[in-house]
Amino acid sequence: MATALDQLFVRLRSENRAALIGYMPAGFPTKELCIAAIQAMVDGGVDAIEIGYPYSDPVMDGPVIQAAAEQSLSQGTSAGDVFDILEATVKMGVPAVVMTYWNPIERFGVEKFALEITKRGGSGVITPDLTIEESADWNNFTSAHDVNRIYVVAPSTGDLRLPQVTKQCSGFVYAASLMGVTGTRTSVSGNARSLVERIRTTTDLPVSVGLGVSTKEQAHEVAQYADGVIVGSAFIRQIQEAPTSEEGIANVRALATSLAEGVRR
Amino acid sequence: MNSPVVASEILGHFGPYGGRFVPEALIAALDELDAAHLAAQHDPEFQHTLNELHRTYTGRPSIITEAKRFAEHAGGARIFLKREDLNHTGSHKINNVLGQALLTKRMGKKRIIAETGAGQHGVASATAAALMGLECVVYMGEEDTKRQSLNVARMKLLGAEVIPVTTGSKTLKDAINEAMRDWVTNVETTHYLLGTVAGPHPFPSMVRDFHRIIGVESRAQMLEMIGRLPDAVLACVGGGSNAIGIFHPFIDDVDVQLIGLEAGGRGVETGLHAATITGGTPGVLHGTRSYVLQDANGQTIESHSISAGLDYPGVGPEHAYLHDIGRATYRAITDDQAMNAFALMCKTEGIIPAIETAHALAGAIQVGNEMGKEAVLLINLSGRGDKDVQTAADYFGIPL
Repeated sequence: MATALDQLFVRLRSENRAALIGYMPAGFPTKELCIAAIQAMVDGGVDAIEIGYPYSDPVMDGPVIQAAAEQSLSQGTSAGDVFDILEATVKMGVPAVVMTYWNPIERFGVEKFALEITKRGGSGVITPDLTIEESADWNNFTSAHDVNRIYVVAPSTGDLRLPQVTKQCSGFVYAASLMGVTGTRTSVSGNARSLVERIRTTTDLPVSVGLGVSTKEQAHEVAQYADGVIVGSAFIRQIQEAPTSEEGIANVRALATSLAEGVRR
Repeated sequence: MNSPVVASEILGHFGPYGGRFVPEALIAALDELDAAHLAAQHDPEFQHTLNELHRTYTGRPSIITEAKRFAEHAGGARIFLKREDLNHTGSHKINNVLGQALLTKRMGKKRIIAETGAGQHGVASATAAALMGLECVVYMGEEDTKRQSLNVARMKLLGAEVIPVTTGSKTLKDAINEAMRDWVTNVETTHYLLGTVAGPHPFPSMVRDFHRIIGVESRAQMLEMIGRLPDAVLACVGGGSNAIGIFHPFIDDVDVQLIGLEAGGRGVETGLHAATITGGTPGVLHGTRSYVLQDANGQTIESHSISAGLDYPGVGPEHAYLHDIGRATYRAITDDQAMNAFALMCKTEGIIPAIETAHALAGAIQVGNEMGKEAVLLINLSGRGDKDVQTAADYFGIPL
């Protein structure tokens, strides 16, 4: 069965444009303001939302997302809060996925987690530290419960391994544009384009590019060759750097509007 | 016949534990490291180079000392100390560091990064980097740089850059996070010289292989000294590198008990401890599945111990497996029990042990009293206590 995320990519392919995918850590800066920030992203033209499950040891994340996760966890954000925010996001009318390190899934219960995603109307889960070697249970349960499982591939992923990873994906393939952690960069690495081209030789799935995208110009550039453009840290910084939460939310909407223009070719 | 433990070690798994839970960006480097390690294990020239370094630089084989006066407080059991404290840099850590530094050169990399808690692994890494002409960056929790300022100075004298880590609990676990972020970014030029038997495959197996020399030597030394194997082998367990190093060659000697002593902090029941097997649950941390101190949402819980080197909320996956199959047992030793044993070792044997090691000594007092005076105990004296003089002086109220 096609998820809302699958349907989004089909629709955008007919509109001949890339999807704008926005990331926000659950419970940042608070549970209510997180939902308000996501609403602002949707109002500004974000097509799909990644909700981050804040984790105590985020080795894939740079300082911006680390700080946001710490702030969220200091308020006691739980798995239940993550799912509440997922459900609230789905009600805004956009496809939503959860991005999480593996341990919270294992702690929650692997099948239970997949079921809860479906129950709350979510489309899938991005698992940046689940390797395909460790994914047998996850693959079974996500298939059984119609959950897109999105794995991340990197520029260093070799030609032999690349099809093994993309074969396990559904929804889209997450292409990490560079070797490094999340965070804004002044330019999108040239590795991104060649990685997307390599991925396309292995799968017909949509390919979305993340890591380092923060401006309309970068979004436009990536949208020329990718099916989705993922922006995270730049949205979070709007909130972290604004003097009040109202201004932060307004800046999130403005950034979303600008990026949404960028992904239209 | 294959050992049940070795036979289960498939693709870096120890039963349900171990494996790889890392960003895809690191897979190529882990594969490269695994291949380099396997090739080196079967390369006589590599083994010769490492052995010669150990003989002429580390000071191996390390001796065994019988602790007769200390034993009077341990039920009269005979107690033998494997003196890893006498190694160059003052602990067992040098065994692994020299091995991995040689592998770094073999892989053509010029830069190493390392995490450190107490500073022993950082000092050992800085030492190996100086010896082999490698650039060295050590990540150390800001809290630990204060607790172990002497070791920070040592690393700097040896030419390493020490980066204080200010995120999270500002201790060892956060230093590992930061080292992994550096590695993801610089993996083409950099080797992550992980200091314990945790982390993604091949680290738990590889670090163990470099520390097995402790057990291999002491097994032969015991046979030579008393004509038999010990009844029990004891070692402290944080990540578990010194323990697995001395345990592993005894695994097939089923009559030899293997006993790991974890850091019980203020007591496991208080929640302020680092006894991961005793008080944790299975989970994934830092790239491997093992026991973890975690809450209901899978968030890592901060550990507590008077010993910076044991202050870690995870543990090596092979220990988790040895525990589950009953081949090794693990108990928690409180800060106070460890410090009593620390004082006793100083005053009865003239040896100032690392506070980490004092946990194993406290375990020896318990086990000796349980097993009685016919028993022979082998303890891994994993490190010396010079670095802990400040902490011990504070604890015992000695004015400095």
